[in-house]
Amino acid sequence: MLRETIRLAAQTIARNALRSFLTVLGVVIGVAAVIAMVTIGEGSSRQVTASVASLGTNVLMVRSGGRFMGPGGERMRAPAFTLRDVAAVAELSSVGAVAPIRTSPQVAVYGNANAATSVTGSTNAFLTVGNWTIASGRAFTEAEEDSGAAVCIIGQTVRSKLFGRSNPVDTVIRIGKVSCTVAGLLEARGAGAMGQDQDDLVVMPIRAVQRRLAGSPDVSSMQVALAQGVGTERGQRDIETLMRERRRVAPGSEDNFTVMDMAQIASMLSSVNNVLTGLLSSVAAVSLLVGGIGIMNIMLVSVTERTREIGIRLAVGATARQVLTQFLVEAVVLSVIGGVIGVATGLGIAAIASGIMAIPFAPSAGIVALAFVFSGLVGVLFGYMPARRAARLDPIDALRHQ
Amino acid sequence: MTAAAPPPLIDLRGITRTYGTGEAEVRALDGVDLTIRQGEFVAIMGPSGSGKSTAMNIIGCLDRPTSGRYLFNGVEVAGLDRDQRAILRREYLGFVFQGYNLLPRTSALENVELPLIYKGIPRPERAARARAALARVGLEGREGHHPSQLSGGQQQRVAIARALAGDPMMILADEPTGNLDTHRSHEIMQLVVELNRTEGMTIVMVTHEDDMAAYASRLVVFTDGRVVSDRTTGA
Repeated sequence: MLRETIRLAAQTIARNALRSFLTVLGVVIGVAAVIAMVTIGEGSSRQVTASVASLGTNVLMVRSGGRFMGPGGERMRAPAFTLRDVAAVAELSSVGAVAPIRTSPQVAVYGNANAATSVTGSTNAFLTVGNWTIASGRAFTEAEEDSGAAVCIIGQTVRSKLFGRSNPVDTVIRIGKVSCTVAGLLEARGAGAMGQDQDDLVVMPIRAVQRRLAGSPDVSSMQVALAQGVGTERGQRDIETLMRERRRVAPGSEDNFTVMDMAQIASMLSSVNNVLTGLLSSVAAVSLLVGGIGIMNIMLVSVTERTREIGIRLAVGATARQVLTQFLVEAVVLSVIGGVIGVATGLGIAAIASGIMAIPFAPSAGIVALAFVFSGLVGVLFGYMPARRAARLDPIDALRHQ
Repeated sequence: MTAAAPPPLIDLRGITRTYGTGEAEVRALDGVDLTIRQGEFVAIMGPSGSGKSTAMNIIGCLDRPTSGRYLFNGVEVAGLDRDQRAILRREYLGFVFQGYNLLPRTSALENVELPLIYKGIPRPERAARARAALARVGLEGREGHHPSQLSGGQQQRVAIARALAGDPMMILADEPTGNLDTHRSHEIMQLVVELNRTEGMTIVMVTHEDDMAAYASRLVVFTDGRVVSDRTTGA
């Protein structure tokens, strides 16, 4: 009997193909939006993990200021690091390499082309710690680092903006007010943990940034690669002890700097990512509700239109339950079809978006199954009222209906 | 139990049916007594508003009397609820309406199968019985036609086949020739008479045309909610 009813429902739906499609559009959009959001969210979560892993798991970030940054917080009052701090950290036995970081937003210009980018002042250690490879040209020389020479290594994005496909090495570009020779070009890396373009950067010797661009000897943070075989906990402890001493933090008071390992950063980014995904998905879920109301509306219209048919069915001996089942099944079949189209559309959107955002495409069977269950539920929920109306029709009135 | 005569198929005793309440009360049936035996062909006539359709709906268990007793084949059915009446219709009654009342955009075969679906008869048997019923009304070869592809007379034949398919004890026909021209009307009536004569099918038919009523073996006339005349005719 149920199979019979499903077949009947499918027939009715097929007879009104266009109307049925418009009816389920709401459910299609709702399901597609949720599926796309969750799939893209999961993909970018994996991207975070992957890009953190590419930096190396034994990398620590040392920042000035408290763990929780915010206006007026510790960070505002905390003194910046200096290159002497960097040298001291490098002396630690648990530390392999230290890259000082001083960034400055600048515009790079070559001929008619220009590129707004972020200039990172550092040393060759930046390349080591960050696992960067030089695609062509060379790294800095020791002399260039010491003197703060006007040389730079550029990322692929900056290169394509300024030079297109041609070779930038040994060309002179202008960064802010400084003329600067391109020494090397970095290998492409793609999108980063937060979807930012990691290849949009220019690296200069830190002394050059301090003196020529920023105008102060501050070092804003350090990237520390630990020595082989050293755990992050020990590395973190050593750096903390050293920095408390150097920055004269009184025993018992809080650190005025923060040492974070990449795993912590990853989990922080992931949780931000999850909150965003959840938020967007729940907005998308609202359209499922709207879709359900669309189904209810059309089912009500359909019951009125088919009053005579219902009368005939009742006259030949259909029970109220059989009529109710018929209309309920019709609503459920409609919304499940909507769910199927929605899942396919959502996965399609997610696949395309993942391609554009350069993140992994991460479909999950669980969420797809959930979408089906939900669209079925929408059908039951919003199909019940019209179905009950049909089942309660009086056969005599229904037969008389024109 | 003795081998006495079987109970009448229809036994209405003091049936009333009122609509509305108080001042606005309308008394459609006002104490109807009517007995119909197995194998009879009864025509019900009367001016509009005389209660003949109401009586038909009550006999057909589409409606319920306000008071009185209705014994169907010896069983009290006046107090049955909606679903019990639906099951009674499904098992024992066949309907033929003035407007054919076929499902549009549905083949003749599927229309005839409809009561069998609700009886829970499996698909192969259903199709076979529906085909047999269509053959019985002379519509072999039209199984796949939709109502819109059939003439009025043919549509009414499909409706009769649908009424027959469930193997009922009685067929209730409400103005079955009301939408047909004279020629088709007589064809339909001949089919009905044949069902009555050769298979002993009990038939109750509402009509307002004397020449259609003439096919019946008994004529019941309603006026103002009462039976005013009940006589066996020549047939």
